Amino acid sequence: MALSIVHRATGIALYVGTLLLVWWLVAAASGPAAYANVQAFTGSIIGRLIVFGYTWALMHHMLSGIRHFVWDLGYGFKANEREALTWGAAIGGIVLTVLIWIIAYMIGGGR
Amino acid sequence: MVEFALPKNSKITGGKTWPKPAGATDVREFRVYRWNPDDGKNPSVDTYYVDTHDCGPMVLDGLIWIKNHIDPSLTFRRSCREGVCGSCAMNIDGQNTLACTRSMHDVKDGAVKINPLPHQPVVKDLVPDLTNFYAQYASVEPWLKTTSPTPQKEWRQSHEDREKLDGLYECILCACCSTSCPSYWWNSDRYLGPAALLQANRWVSDSRDEATGERLDNLEDPFRLYRCHTIMNCAKACPKGLNPAEAIAELKLKMVERQI
Repeated sequence: MALSIVHRATGIALYVGTLLLVWWLVAAASGPAAYANVQAFTGSIIGRLIVFGYTWALMHHMLSGIRHFVWDLGYGFKANEREALTWGAAIGGIVLTVLIWIIAYMIGGGR
Repeated sequence: MVEFALPKNSKITGGKTWPKPAGATDVREFRVYRWNPDDGKNPSVDTYYVDTHDCGPMVLDGLIWIKNHIDPSLTFRRSCREGVCGSCAMNIDGQNTLACTRSMHDVKDGAVKINPLPHQPVVKDLVPDLTNFYAQYASVEPWLKTTSPTPQKEWRQSHEDREKLDGLYECILCACCSTSCPSYWWNSDRYLGPAALLQANRWVSDSRDEATGERLDNLEDPFRLYRCHTIMNCAKACPKGLNPAEAIAELKLKMVERQI
């Protein structure tokens, strides 16, 4: 049940996070001054925390969504399969998020 | 609708602690939900001490011991005491299960906490009102429906077709699954819940039944079937080890398959 709740919570968070993405794209289209504003916000500590949270919500919701997709196809209902899918989505979401951020910093995204 | 808090008259307040049995060397603490429709008070949780040397190992044995030795007013349903009738379904240590097949020694350290099945109206103490639950079972028309002429002898079925009912026919309708489901808690007026849907799939899967289309039509509804969001509490709760979530997924698949 816990993962079902988290799946919904991350789904709601993605609505808000996607608005941020739209803000970023609109700013990029409207000019350097507006773009600099967005960059200043997302580059701040709070901004980075929010983008980090958005990354996790996206990764978790994606993996959890795949889990639901498997169930909708009629597979993965045995107790051990169910637990494996659930823990896989929970842990996988965190691992993917951290990996993305490590790679992003390595290729210079933090500057 | 979604409800996160209990209604005012369901809030648990206080409770009585009954004295430990005299001379008992080994006692187990039981905390049991109490509510009496006649005294106008809110529910409470009473604390009892069961003499484990004088009592069987199951939670139901403990409840019967309390009723016989401490408090005859304690009310609960029980019958077969071997996991066949489904009468003694209740919430034990946070899990819906049968009191007769759950050992009190499997409950982790501390008190054995016992509540009625969640989110159902309470008749008294541990007895839930399952009228709606049974009506939903009746609504799936759980009997063989045929149009072809009745054979001279019985309706025949191959071994392979009979095997399709394994994991479905064993359901004892104890309501552990349905009352563990948040979708059922909040939409039980319209959502059939895992138990009734598993039973629906039992008849849809029966090779002898000739009303499959009609049965699926009856379930084709945003609430009756599709309030299931694969939360999986039902599969975790079932004391018979059945898998209502899987049965519901099969129903959903059959719903799609008949359209292609």
